[in-house]
Amino acid sequence: MSTKNIEELEREFQAKIDADIKIEPNDWMPEGYRKTLMRQISQHAHSEIVGMLPEGNWITRAPSLKRKAVLLAKVQDEAGHGLYLYSAAETLGLDREKSIDDLHSGKAKYSSIFNYPTLTWADMGTIGWLVDGAAIMNQVPLCRCSYGPYARAMVRVCKEESFHQRQGFEIVSLLANGTAEQKQMAQDSLNRFWWPALMMFGPNDDNSPNSAQSIKWKIKRSSNDELRQQFIDVTVTQAEMVGLTIPDKDLKWNEARGSYDFGTINWEEFNQVIQGNGPCNKERIDARRNAKENGAWVREAANAFAEKRKKKELTH
Amino acid sequence: MSSKEWPLWEIFIRSKQGLSHKHVGSLRAADAQMAIDNARDVYTRRSEGISIWVIESKLVTASDPDESAEFFEPSESKIYRHPTFYNVPDGISHM
Repeated sequence: MSTKNIEELEREFQAKIDADIKIEPNDWMPEGYRKTLMRQISQHAHSEIVGMLPEGNWITRAPSLKRKAVLLAKVQDEAGHGLYLYSAAETLGLDREKSIDDLHSGKAKYSSIFNYPTLTWADMGTIGWLVDGAAIMNQVPLCRCSYGPYARAMVRVCKEESFHQRQGFEIVSLLANGTAEQKQMAQDSLNRFWWPALMMFGPNDDNSPNSAQSIKWKIKRSSNDELRQQFIDVTVTQAEMVGLTIPDKDLKWNEARGSYDFGTINWEEFNQVIQGNGPCNKERIDARRNAKENGAWVREAANAFAEKRKKKELTH
Repeated sequence: MSSKEWPLWEIFIRSKQGLSHKHVGSLRAADAQMAIDNARDVYTRRSEGISIWVIESKLVTASDPDESAEFFEPSESKIYRHPTFYNVPDGISHM
């Protein structure tokens, strides 16, 4: 065992981070680093799992067999992403079952975006385009995160997400170029999801107390506001291309900054949704809780079957 | 009787003939067969593999990262094991 004191260990740890050497599960790490990552990765996993619900809502009502197959594949990917992430969090000592129970009791958080309802088919397009687009913006820098298992999970996730965004944009652009009603449906969906999508990047930098430490540890590689600005700058052009209007009257190209200026985000709404008072918070958690409770017999049966199979092998 | 949590499995995938199995991550499953079935769905949705190995995580014995400096030192100091240690005179080829 090491006889180094904690200051030495912390100094060596930070030196590794500064030299871009990845941290692996059995390496020494400060408790704060472990806790921050466990919280972030499990929240990320919960978001993937809860994120299946708004889209699952439309699987049986997709307008064609092709769209249904695509949507199923996308939702299945989200389940996979949740599993990669729970496994990554388990390498830090996370208790998976407890973490899931924390989600169900409301103690653990997940992305606020999934507490908004999916009212029309156009929302399947908008979610892929904006929500997965924003997620990709967030996740690409996480591929360079200092914690090896998280970074590796993110590489897989990002590879798979790009199809999610493209299929969404395809749905939106088809609707936007369709009949007047279809175009209106796409516009209405954009109107409802634009601001919540911007909130996905989290609070403003001067309101995000843990960000500086996360950046020093290279858990986070870009600030919330930087990523939000990047997202707006690329998305405005995409909306223009398909003839939709971003619902922000203050949106204006700023020549000097080389970026778009945009209106004020309703942080009160964001806080309300985070605290559990969004339009669908209760519905989402109830759905997850029911899935776990009603699936208990399946898990028990699998255990019983595994035991039976083991006994059979022993008697052979 | 069996509400116990499913054990954790480490998953290894061979992406094509001629390459070795490579660790890709882990998952939970009731037994080895279920681990293989789940690994197919979790890790090979886009034809990433043609063969899967699974092993229960608790059966893996790993070297101690705290002692890795001492443990791997013997190879660090033997630079003469590398071809670049030797001088090859100009004009000599195929070596």
